[in-house]
Amino acid sequence: MAEASDPKAGATAGTGWPRWLRLPPVLGMVLALLAIWYVAVVPMNVKEVLTAAERAGVEVSPPSAVDRRDMGNWALVLRNPHALGDSWSSDRPKLPAPHQVLVELYDSTIDEELNGRRGIVRSGTLSNRSLVYHALVTLNATFLGFLIGALLGVGLAVGIVHSRVMDMSVMPWAIVSQTIPIVALAPMIIVVLYSIGVQGLIPKAVISAYLSFFPVVVGMVKGLRSPDAMQMDLMRTYSAPTASVLTKLRLPSSIPYLFASLKIAIAASLVGAIVGELPVQKGGLGARMLAGSYYGQTAQIWAALLVAAALAALLVYAIAALERRTLRRMGMMP
Amino acid sequence: MTLVIFAVLLWAVGFGVNVVLANGPARDTGAVRLAVPLIFGLTILGMWELIVRGMQVSTVILPPPSLIAASFAENLGTLWGDFVQTILKGALSGYIFGCGAAFVTALLVDRSDYLRRGLLPLGNFMAALPIVGTAPILVMWFGFGWQSKAAVVVLMVYFPMLVNTVAGLSETTSMQRDLMRTYAATWGQTLWTLRLPAALPFVFNGLKICSTLALIGAIVAEFFGSPTLGLGFRISTSIGQLDLGMVWSAILVSALSGTVFYGLVALAERRTTFWHASHRGGR
Repeated sequence: MAEASDPKAGATAGTGWPRWLRLPPVLGMVLALLAIWYVAVVPMNVKEVLTAAERAGVEVSPPSAVDRRDMGNWALVLRNPHALGDSWSSDRPKLPAPHQVLVELYDSTIDEELNGRRGIVRSGTLSNRSLVYHALVTLNATFLGFLIGALLGVGLAVGIVHSRVMDMSVMPWAIVSQTIPIVALAPMIIVVLYSIGVQGLIPKAVISAYLSFFPVVVGMVKGLRSPDAMQMDLMRTYSAPTASVLTKLRLPSSIPYLFASLKIAIAASLVGAIVGELPVQKGGLGARMLAGSYYGQTAQIWAALLVAAALAALLVYAIAALERRTLRRMGMMP
Repeated sequence: MTLVIFAVLLWAVGFGVNVVLANGPARDTGAVRLAVPLIFGLTILGMWELIVRGMQVSTVILPPPSLIAASFAENLGTLWGDFVQTILKGALSGYIFGCGAAFVTALLVDRSDYLRRGLLPLGNFMAALPIVGTAPILVMWFGFGWQSKAAVVVLMVYFPMLVNTVAGLSETTSMQRDLMRTYAATWGQTLWTLRLPAALPFVFNGLKICSTLALIGAIVAEFFGSPTLGLGFRISTSIGQLDLGMVWSAILVSALSGTVFYGLVALAERRTTFWHASHRGGR
């Protein structure tokens, strides 16, 4: 895990290429994935589609649904190429086609807010059926958790760097703490905190914080120890107190490490918030996914997933932009 | 109240012993390195027990460690069944399959510069996504058995492993590759003797990250539907019955297996990459 938060680890193959040359391969990959998705929709939904076609009067082989149930999906596709037209537009697909997900995404964001009875245009508040509302709920918990986690992580790292006892006693347990699948404890943490009267944002934020503090600790310990012997010696010849060494040398030189770990931490924090929403059905992308899974609304799950993905990308991008600005200001980056 | 004072005293004693040990003459020996975190952990456990009893915290909020231990010992059989279902069947099979698939993909991708430049940013992006969210979909596809859990684990470990392996395979310098070229080494020979060993630290880094992800994936997937055993099932049903001792026992099982799993990977890493700078001892 230590390597993951090394700022230099991000420099992988291809970074030397100009920006416009980097795009085509990525675009090609995305298109290939979309093509695979469209093809996969056919065998995934073939049984439901054939049943619907049979009801509409199309001849299907084999004619009985019981026989079809025991057959492989691909065999059914090959035997009924004429009846598959509705694969990409069925009502309750096992795997919705990409455009169906996009339609659901539009319906549950823009359309719901503009035209829905509870949308922002008619009622003045965000509709609780729209993904915008759920995304904001998740984002709130993510930010609070991220803030707690980052502060805790930096604090622990400062302690670990300055105290041998803390280094020896806390660090092993911090590593062990990450081998515990904390996300699995989410329901318990929420129930326990609920029983002592804490609910709403805090329980989710606690889970987010737990997930996000570790990358920050590891990255910051590395960063705070990154000044070399020469620099430390200079501080010694100035007879600088520990506090000044920290604020004038250690903290500034740890900034690149800090940002590298913050990027990991905020993504982890989002995962924590989403999982924290699973047990309490009170809004948020996680709650939306669980509801979708209960009612068989696959398009709804996929739309929530897409929003979560977009949020993750946006958050990481925002931290990266902040990183560029800060490093440029500090003169550590051209 | 006296118990709480005892807890504070215990903390002071534990911390004092640690300070003496960590700054004493034997501070760099293996025994001290092991003892200091152990004393720290035991102190925390002792304080937990004393404070919970002293303040008379309801067992629903936080059961004392002794109660958890008793519940653990009582339900060993059930917990073993859960362990087999979740860890061995769900997490481990998914882990092996996912990491293996990612490794093979990385080898294939590595042969083409176009594929590498296309897949790597995408893989980096996917590795940051909340993939746990696909759990409801996969449970819907593969049913409630362990297969759906393994599928979630495969998806979760695939991208981190892929990114790490691809990064590791491009770890060699052009000088080293030129040397292999002058030996007229084939692609296979170069891979086996130069690039795979050079990639090992990255591969193990990926394997370590994935070991935690695998457990998370297997347990969370059980919240979306499972047969009547499994750690995730145990946690969510025992909470419903407010049987907190059982919940904590299940957590203990997952924590222990997570730590052992990680430890085994770390041990394998030590055995195979003993030559790497980070393992040659000393800082």
